[in-house]
Amino acid sequence: MAKIHLKQVKKTYGKGPKAVDVIHGIDIDIADGEFIVMVGPSGCGKSTLLRMVAGLEEISSGEVMIGDRVVNNLEPKERDIAMVFQNYALYPHMSVYENMAYGLKIQGLPKAEIETRVQRAAQILELGALLERTPRQLSGGQRQRVAMGRAIVRKPAVFLFDEPLSNLDAKLRVQMRLEIQKLHKALRTTSLYVTHDQVEAMTLGQRMIVMNKGRAEQIGTSAEVYGKPATTFVASFIGSPPMNLLNGQLNAEGDRFTFDDGSSVNLPAAAQGARAGAGARILGIRPEHLQLGHPGLTLEVDLVEALGAELLVHTRCGGQGMVVRCPASTEVATGQTVTAGFEPSTVHWFDPQTTHRID
Amino acid sequence: MIERRPILDAISHLVLIIGALIVIFPLYVAFVASTQTAEQSATSPLSLMPGTEMINNYRTVLTAGASGQVSSPPVSRMLWVSLVTALVIAIGKISISMLSAFAMVYFRFRGRGIFFWMIFVTLMLPVEVRITSTYQVISDFGMLNSYAGLTVPLIASATATFLFRQFFLTVPDELAEAARIDGAGPLRFFKDVIWPLSRTNVIALFVIMFIYGWNQYLWPLMVATDQSMYPIGIGIKTLISGGDSAVEWNMVMATMVLAMLPPGLVIVVMQKWFVKGLVDSEK
Repeated sequence: MAKIHLKQVKKTYGKGPKAVDVIHGIDIDIADGEFIVMVGPSGCGKSTLLRMVAGLEEISSGEVMIGDRVVNNLEPKERDIAMVFQNYALYPHMSVYENMAYGLKIQGLPKAEIETRVQRAAQILELGALLERTPRQLSGGQRQRVAMGRAIVRKPAVFLFDEPLSNLDAKLRVQMRLEIQKLHKALRTTSLYVTHDQVEAMTLGQRMIVMNKGRAEQIGTSAEVYGKPATTFVASFIGSPPMNLLNGQLNAEGDRFTFDDGSSVNLPAAAQGARAGAGARILGIRPEHLQLGHPGLTLEVDLVEALGAELLVHTRCGGQGMVVRCPASTEVATGQTVTAGFEPSTVHWFDPQTTHRID
Repeated sequence: MIERRPILDAISHLVLIIGALIVIFPLYVAFVASTQTAEQSATSPLSLMPGTEMINNYRTVLTAGASGQVSSPPVSRMLWVSLVTALVIAIGKISISMLSAFAMVYFRFRGRGIFFWMIFVTLMLPVEVRITSTYQVISDFGMLNSYAGLTVPLIASATATFLFRQFFLTVPDELAEAARIDGAGPLRFFKDVIWPLSRTNVIALFVIMFIYGWNQYLWPLMVATDQSMYPIGIGIKTLISGGDSAVEWNMVMATMVLAMLPPGLVIVVMQKWFVKGLVDSEK
């Protein structure tokens, strides 16, 4: 069990003029026993950051602390961590038992102790019947469980997960997600979990770090990240379908928003973005917060996607794309012009220059 | 062929049988000749019926070399020299090339690329090209007529290094990382993970390298000037050297049959793993 502190952690590849910064200084405090998810599109540096914590990647500058120790120059084995890899990384020639026991054997634990620990982990992960098999005789989900077993038996201070579920099919992924949650509830080990899947991020993490281009765009609980996205990137990355973001101008009174193509909408008092003054703004509103048929925005329907329980209505509003999510019973057809209203409190404002949220 | 037609089956069998006959016939002739007396084996055309002297001939070559005029060490001695040479070459090649490939794939050090290219370039230089200078070196070290002289210059192998490098590159990086997190140092990782994974490749290379070592001719011809250090390949040649005396073809053929046995045995015994090592990388 341990806290993790990252202080201005940076990663640079190459030297001199050719140097490329991939992580631009990340600060996080992770509490003891917390489950933190790092989420972001591919290439945002989330895996690199995880590997820096693991000790597989050098830290260019800044400080990583696990517990009370600065671990920058420690070998992975000295950091008291365990890692679960995306492609499991099981030793193909060893049995499930040997795979889980290998790290302990190297530590030089007595045979009996290894046996108890492996049996215990196998019991937690329901691998008891598979201990003699080799990885190739296992299904993807079972392999993933063995990989987690290998991490558990070491009783580390920190678990690191590098996209552990992305090689599994959708159904198994849901199931394993629940198992990981259960496991964390039982073991209460500090965990750092990398994924590009926002559903995993929303459901697994107590807090999440939304990363983009080597920066942490927002750190917060799923409710915070969903309810108050700090930037347009977070707004468009979290939530499916993503938040509608519309460019336009806010007038001086703050009660009228003019889209780039000249059409405009009156804003109800509570949604007015006057606090930060008039000027260019991005208006953000989630598809699920729009109500078709209510007065407000005027939309032209381009396409209707039926998802069974609900409809996704793709429309154009002020010349910009806008998606509305509504119950399947709604009657709407391509080519129609409809109106959509919204609760004033569900509107988000962003600065188009900095893409930051304006409250 | 997807179609199942009797006529096509017959043709394929015919072609295979002809091919097999072409390969087997010379071997058969060699065996037949080795069972005849010297006079019978020197007649032309050679009788294709086995003779009566089989046990006699083999006993003679194994214990005394050729029966009479030609001076030659016993074949058993030559087989021993060949066996030692081939084993040392095969095992030496595999150990050295595996370790150097391991270093090149898993360690980052200055000049890694240059080392790889230096080794790679020597692939294009066969032994014959550098034989004079190699001979000079070996002779200055006083290694002529020794097992060391016969084997050391042949042990360094660009081909095997290259093959192992390519194999190691196909082993997922995560395996090395998982081992690092498990606390295994490089040598431990090599012993516990890389070695068991490359076993089939090692066996395939062992077969190839054993036969390579067994078949050496030019290099031993220069290094081994003492008859007691002749490998079998040279031994056959000395039997044919003739001069005034007639060549005892039955003895030559018996020596040849004996020379063919060990590599044949290696292949037969290791065939299963050998094929596996060539086609599947077990992942």
